[in-house]
Amino acid sequence: MSEIMRSALPGAEFTGFVQVSEAGLQGMITLRADLAAPQLATALKSATGCAMPKTRKITRDGAHSLVWMSPDELMILCPHAEAPALTDRLSREMAGAFVTLANVSDARAMFRVTGAMWRDALAKLCPVDFASLQTGDIRRTRAAQVAAAILVTDAQEAQIICFRSVAGYMFDLLSIAAAPGAEPALYV
Amino acid sequence: MLLLTCPYCGVTAEETEFSAGGEAHLTRHGPGSSDHDYEAYMFNRKNPRGVHFERWRHAYGCGKWFLAARDTMTLEVLATYPAQTSEPPAEVIAKIKLKRPDWEGYP
Amino acid sequence: MSHRLPNGGRLIRRGKPQSFTFNGKRMTGYAGDTLAASLLANGQTLVGRSFKYHRPRGIVASGVEEPNALVGLGRGDRYEPNQRATTTEVFDGLVAESQNHWPSLDLDLLSVNNLLPQFLTAGFYYKTFLQPRAFWKHVYEPIIRRSAGLGKAPDDKARDPDRYEQIYAFCDVLIIGGGIAGLQAALSAAQSGARVALWEQTAHWGGRAPVDGVQIDGKPAQNWIKTTVEALEKMNNVHLRLRMMGAGVHDHGYVLGYERITDHAPATQAPRHRLWRMRAGHIITATGAIERPLSFAGNDVPGVMLAAAMRDYLVNYAVAAGNSVVVVTNNDDAYRTAIALRKAGLGVPAVIDARAEANGALPQEARALGLRVLTGRGVRKVKGGKRVKGVEICRIDSAGTAHSEVFDCDAIAMSGGWSPVVHLWSHCGGKLTWDTNGHFFRPDPNRPPTGADGAGFVTVCGAANGVMSAVLADAHAAVVTALGRQDLPMPAQDQLPEEDPLEPVWIMPRRAEYPLRAKMWLDYQNDVKVSDVQLAAREGYQSVEHTKRYTTLGMATDQGKLSNINGLAVLSDALGQPIPATGTTTFRPPYTPISLGAIAGEARGAVFQPLRRSPLHDWHAANGADWEPVGQWRRPFTYKRPGESRDQAVNREVRNAREAVSLLDASTLGKILVSGPDAGRFLDMLYTNMMSTLKPGKCRYGLMCNENGFLMDDGVVARIDEQSFLVHTTSGGADHVHGWMEDWLQCEWWDWKVHTVNLTEQFAQIAVVGPKARLLLERLGGMDVSADALPFMDWRAGQLGGFDVRAFRISFSGELSYEIAVPASQGAALWERLMTAGADLGIMPYGTEALHILRAEKGFIMIGDETDGTVIPQDLGLNWAISKKKTDFLGKRGMEREAMVNPDRWKLVGLETLDGSVLPHGALALGKGKNANGQAVTEGRVTSTYFSATLGRGIAMGLVAQGPERMGEELIFAGPQDKRIKTRIVDPVLYDKEGARQNV
Repeated sequence: MSEIMRSALPGAEFTGFVQVSEAGLQGMITLRADLAAPQLATALKSATGCAMPKTRKITRDGAHSLVWMSPDELMILCPHAEAPALTDRLSREMAGAFVTLANVSDARAMFRVTGAMWRDALAKLCPVDFASLQTGDIRRTRAAQVAAAILVTDAQEAQIICFRSVAGYMFDLLSIAAAPGAEPALYV
Repeated sequence: MLLLTCPYCGVTAEETEFSAGGEAHLTRHGPGSSDHDYEAYMFNRKNPRGVHFERWRHAYGCGKWFLAARDTMTLEVLATYPAQTSEPPAEVIAKIKLKRPDWEGYP
Repeated sequence: MSHRLPNGGRLIRRGKPQSFTFNGKRMTGYAGDTLAASLLANGQTLVGRSFKYHRPRGIVASGVEEPNALVGLGRGDRYEPNQRATTTEVFDGLVAESQNHWPSLDLDLLSVNNLLPQFLTAGFYYKTFLQPRAFWKHVYEPIIRRSAGLGKAPDDKARDPDRYEQIYAFCDVLIIGGGIAGLQAALSAAQSGARVALWEQTAHWGGRAPVDGVQIDGKPAQNWIKTTVEALEKMNNVHLRLRMMGAGVHDHGYVLGYERITDHAPATQAPRHRLWRMRAGHIITATGAIERPLSFAGNDVPGVMLAAAMRDYLVNYAVAAGNSVVVVTNNDDAYRTAIALRKAGLGVPAVIDARAEANGALPQEARALGLRVLTGRGVRKVKGGKRVKGVEICRIDSAGTAHSEVFDCDAIAMSGGWSPVVHLWSHCGGKLTWDTNGHFFRPDPNRPPTGADGAGFVTVCGAANGVMSAVLADAHAAVVTALGRQDLPMPAQDQLPEEDPLEPVWIMPRRAEYPLRAKMWLDYQNDVKVSDVQLAAREGYQSVEHTKRYTTLGMATDQGKLSNINGLAVLSDALGQPIPATGTTTFRPPYTPISLGAIAGEARGAVFQPLRRSPLHDWHAANGADWEPVGQWRRPFTYKRPGESRDQAVNREVRNAREAVSLLDASTLGKILVSGPDAGRFLDMLYTNMMSTLKPGKCRYGLMCNENGFLMDDGVVARIDEQSFLVHTTSGGADHVHGWMEDWLQCEWWDWKVHTVNLTEQFAQIAVVGPKARLLLERLGGMDVSADALPFMDWRAGQLGGFDVRAFRISFSGELSYEIAVPASQGAALWERLMTAGADLGIMPYGTEALHILRAEKGFIMIGDETDGTVIPQDLGLNWAISKKKTDFLGKRGMEREAMVNPDRWKLVGLETLDGSVLPHGALALGKGKNANGQAVTEGRVTSTYFSATLGRGIAMGLVAQGPERMGEELIFAGPQDKRIKTRIVDPVLYDKEGARQNV
């Protein structure tokens, strides 16, 4: 099936003072539940290897991550092909509890902004103090006129998740923000 | 442009991350209610000069609705608190009284 | 003549000449010059014509306050009017032209305005052009527009090729103003460990201290400035920016900063301007002060300049404003100019001091240099037209009927004292107090603007605070107060000679008669004189805000930076009240004009606003899609084939869906998962009909109303399993409905166990429509799509052609129809598979217009067409979809109101024109007689209207008073050009009334 699946903006890439690239197909599962339930933490740990993240944090184990989205919502990141089965598995394991799981892999697009100056690029789009964001943090905000989630994965990289329909808008925004010569020298 | 702190995710963010939802602590009057009560629920709003309770949603953030006590004259944000309450909690009232001793109180 | 001196100039680099043109004339300046400095160096004292009278005007100031020296910069796509020559840095290739003259700067025929003394006084337009009314538009306005004005607008075809951007930034302490006060404030704040930002609007640190001869710790200020900037640059908690103006202070510490990145270096790759959206914990403004002009007759003749500006040009750029300069003052500070000019070898025939005595250190130094000081005197009038030729002197307390002495000179330096720059303090509500010693308004520290926590968030220091000496200590104290830190290192000490107090002089001479007052300019840019403000007061204008608007005082692009205080003083005097009683006008951001490009930031061109694309967007684009915006979505209106018109394409698409098989991209449809033990109960509250009784595998159409009972959204709900439903919403309504659900769940029924997940974009949804739809799906192979296995209004999950899909047997066209949902990443592949498999069946895509026509033929309503936020379901004949069993649902109470049950409400009907033509959109049906306002009574309106290819005629729906009871009646609709269109009321369902076609 992989040949018939297309991410939102396959292969899109821009090199400015940071590199902007579309991350390709990425598994994403929305989980809504009482995050304090011990049964949930156990099920997630065994299915993904990740511990329950604290408020606005990301936990990670290999290709799997748990991303805190709101007091009763997580996003599970996993390989794209794995998402349907993982959704089913967790649904089975949590059957009977008030838990909702939905595969939203295709509802979203993901971009990587790579380079030491990623904060300087994103500061042009998001009303966020990037000095306060460190590796392992997630910040939901807006980028210009659309919703965005910023995942700090590494000192040199942030991932931006937006809705699939606005992937083109987001890519254009990021490319404009990263234009060579437009370094604001704010954080770096 | 206001700064508000979302009581759910703890983020202090500028107003553009939020959407405003009008007066807080309205009582819903559905079928069987009098015209007077229905009118109060739908249309009559306080619009005070001073302490005001209002609804905000962290629309671009965690998506949660919360409530804020805000001074409409000075724009001071006296408190923000979760929406799952039908009236301002005692600690919010106390906080406001501390800052506005001559406030007539809720409602 | 103004000219460049052979030596000096602390900001210029003589080794770097820069070539530019002014009105086409080639001139040369030096790197580091402002355009104003270069123009003066080239002897160009006449730089523009005034707004109303076209009087010759020269450079008055040396900074942002300049009212006269406005030029058009650049050419073609980069042309920009009204740029201040005093804040424009000269560069090689700069092109400038002067403004508001005809035909030329030197010979301006419109200066005839100046010869009629009573012409264009305060309120002139209001009084003169009142009658006859028609004359305003066709005679007066065109003439006035030609005569009055500043720069011309750029060509309407011009497109700014430069880039602009915005940036969000944060700090603990923001200091605005990079003079010695600002530098000290930054240093003290930085030593506290706070995150500090320091902004300076010019290209240089240090402000005017080096020009004024300030000593710091016994050495020239420049030494301290250099050391301090170097120290700040090394601290990683400090962010320094030059060419960055604090444009506005807003609520809760929000500050806009306007950074001009490449105005002085246009050949670089960087954006031209960057708008900083700074959020500061605390703001310290160190914005200095602006010198006030003196109001004497002819104070606008080119060559009359602010004394400190003249000193700036001399010290910073080695430019002399003239060979022979008379200095006019009411204070000691202006003596610095006299002394500097004399030391530079220029002629200073006299210093005219309005005060009875002048015995301070500076006047004494001036006398010691041999300068002649005349006290108790003022200027009677300036001699000269396009250039100062001399000045007549009179006693300051006289009426100025005769002069006591005349001096020949070619420039005049004037000083009426200083006004602290309180704009940023005031923007967000900081209050002012009148300083009775300094005779200026300064910030009242007890009434600051307050922030989110209720505390003051702006502190002012230095000259902006009215502090003219011991400035560093004041800046340090501001930081100590703001941060509450007593432990910071003490600052250096700045020293200036003691100054004697100034003596306010608002009109010179004090009892000047009308002919003199009519030549005393308050507002140079808007041509407002002392006599205009006095006239306004006589005519009853008492409020300063009213006087401002009546006379236009302070309303030009400089927003009265020079004129406001003098104007207030003249008004107060005319009203016989003290200045604080008159008060100031409101200070509004931005401090000086900022570019529209910076305000727009990145939001232009392709990213002006978000454009939402369906997963099938690329296919549509490659196959002739003629786009239509639907909210932020872009959807194909129709797919045009070569040679086809829009209408032809739409008609073809309608016929094909009725006759063969067609595809519609329905991906934009909202899809919200509602799940949990209370999901059914929740949907029963949301929808007017019952949803909890729906069985898994079944679909039901439902209506959502707001609490007014007005129809808000509609769509099909599919029950997935016992605990979950998939709610379909309209394309435009998905986000709103999702938000609506969350609002009720979080704020009203927070104990109900329901989750919602917006799955709108997870799925591509393809409607397969037409009599051959089943045949096509069967060709793909997989799930059973027969009428028995998948009956109308059922849904099944399964496989089609190897794709994992959900197939919904729902129809918005009245034809046999399946909506196939597939993960968005596979949408394009499924669509292409269907197109290929259906090629011999005549498959084609259809767009939104065909969708509308197909549904209108069936009498299906569309949210936004049949509804407008005032329509209840009963108006649309949808009573069948309103549960009578339910005791409550959102909107139920609203529908019970008297006005909602009124039998005269306009209700949905079909409409057919007698001649088969298409009714105009929104046309109104004419009733009998006229209403109380004398307008024709109406009794209905068109809500949807199309040409139906199926029926070969125009079809429409509309809302008509008591419509359903008037079947067969004729109505008259009003068309364009008073056309009257005869129309018959018919059933809204015009095609396949029994619904046989969709249920096969």
